Amino acid sequence: MTNYVIIGNGVAAAGCIEGIRAADTKGKITVISEENTPVYCRPLISYYLEGKTDLERMKYRDDSFYQDMKCEVLYNVKAEKIDKEAKTVILSNGKTVSYDKLCVATGSSPFIPPFKGLETVEKKFSFLTLNDALSLEKAINKNSRVLIVGAGLIGLKCAEGLHDRTAEIIVCDLADRILSSILDRECAAIVQSHLEENGIKFKLNDSVVEFNKNIAVMKSGVKIEFDVLVLAVGVKPNSYLIKDIGGKVNRGIVVDNSMRTDLKDIYAVGDCTESEDISGGIKRVMALMPNAYMQGKCAGMNMGGKPEIFDKAIPMNSIGFFGLHVMTAGSYFDSDNGGTVYQEKNKDKVKRFYTKDGLLTGFILVRDTDRAGIYTSIIREKTPLSSLNFEMLQKVSSTAAYSKENRRKKFGGVV
Amino acid sequence: MKRVYVNEDWCIGCHLCEYNCAFANSGAKDMAKALKGKPIYPRIHVEGDDRITYAVSCRHCVDPICVKSCIAGAISVKDGIVKIDENKCVGCLTCVLVCPYGSLAPGENGTMQKCELCTQNSFGEPACVKGCPNRAIVFEER
Repeated sequence: MTNYVIIGNGVAAAGCIEGIRAADTKGKITVISEENTPVYCRPLISYYLEGKTDLERMKYRDDSFYQDMKCEVLYNVKAEKIDKEAKTVILSNGKTVSYDKLCVATGSSPFIPPFKGLETVEKKFSFLTLNDALSLEKAINKNSRVLIVGAGLIGLKCAEGLHDRTAEIIVCDLADRILSSILDRECAAIVQSHLEENGIKFKLNDSVVEFNKNIAVMKSGVKIEFDVLVLAVGVKPNSYLIKDIGGKVNRGIVVDNSMRTDLKDIYAVGDCTESEDISGGIKRVMALMPNAYMQGKCAGMNMGGKPEIFDKAIPMNSIGFFGLHVMTAGSYFDSDNGGTVYQEKNKDKVKRFYTKDGLLTGFILVRDTDRAGIYTSIIREKTPLSSLNFEMLQKVSSTAAYSKENRRKKFGGVV
Repeated sequence: MKRVYVNEDWCIGCHLCEYNCAFANSGAKDMAKALKGKPIYPRIHVEGDDRITYAVSCRHCVDPICVKSCIAGAISVKDGIVKIDENKCVGCLTCVLVCPYGSLAPGENGTMQKCELCTQNSFGEPACVKGCPNRAIVFEER
């Protein structure tokens, strides 16, 4: 009987558990969980603050999940070290767990720059885990002025979640635009003005030089007073367990398309890894929940002895703020990078498509996001643009743009 | 498993399937009361161009990417049918971003809805199939 151990208890781990069970119904599965809760939907913590979900509905799986999957979960315990020779994991409580196949699903941690005077700030929070959200909730009230450092996905979702429960929200960022990792200047401006119309204030192209209790002194000289501070600068992959024992790590743990690390019988999945982005042909960290699950499932099947590959990872985001939806996917090759850009736009609506070598490599959709999965699948499947009516697709996302033969395949049988 | 299939050669683009779908899922007894003069939110829709038309609804994929991508754990497979728990859905639209068939869309209240082969309403069998005047939509095993 195979002994499986998973370090981490997030969505990537849940995928791994389900993958193992799809291949092996008998082996023993042990999950090492640093957090004290069953797997939950981390991206929903802002929706929790907003009142759109609650702790019960945030559960990723039914209460009987671990029992149904015949898993043992060790809660409130951290994996300190892997002993690859002895094939054991050494835990923070001094115990060891031995494995035949190991999966590292340790996720990421907030990156906190060494701000001067940060220790003088009384109420400061990250915004990644459920416990972060619960602590933040306790610290705010109707009169709170909140400063959020970081205008990325995490910072802005936090702003939306806190909006109705606080008096003022200011978001600052070193970059000159919001969501700088996924949006260009023009699209970012549309989203920013929508957020501003809803009462969120911005201080962009500026950074905190020093904190002094309730005051942030900015590089521009401006002083921002706040009651509660949220640090959402970015995240870093938790790759140390593999790095410590000589496994290959760049920004994240390097895995192949079977989710194997370069160490024997050790796999890695989710936010702690970097893997191939097929839209750009490069290795990168894609800390996104769908990829985490798909990587987890793939690793689990391989661990259980059922060969599987996951070679369709691309960065992709669906994000909404106060009713405005934005979707992005893939890599943005513009004319400076050998690509061609097509677009349809008017005042507050943008559809932008990036193509290279006869393939769709990426898109940005602001507001008009209906049936965007048709575009995403064209990137993921690397469907040649010459085989479909791309002119039609730029205007409307429709499978009618496919050839009759392709439609017959998609709609005529079991897929 | 029986699924809904379309034949684009027989579809005349009448959109009746959309109305039958919206009615079946409205819970109302009277079609006029349920749909007349209101925006409708069907789980099947007719698409095409000036030459062809056909109706598209959930394919109930064997390995559905929407289930794997849902950030709320709200989509699951039961007996082969891809189902959505509207109570858990937060309307993030990640399923819209990944479904290759464009088969999911928000309903009236902003949470997502999709074809569940009329297993979750009083019809019990797909209303789009039953009401198709030209048998361009069928419910069968393939």
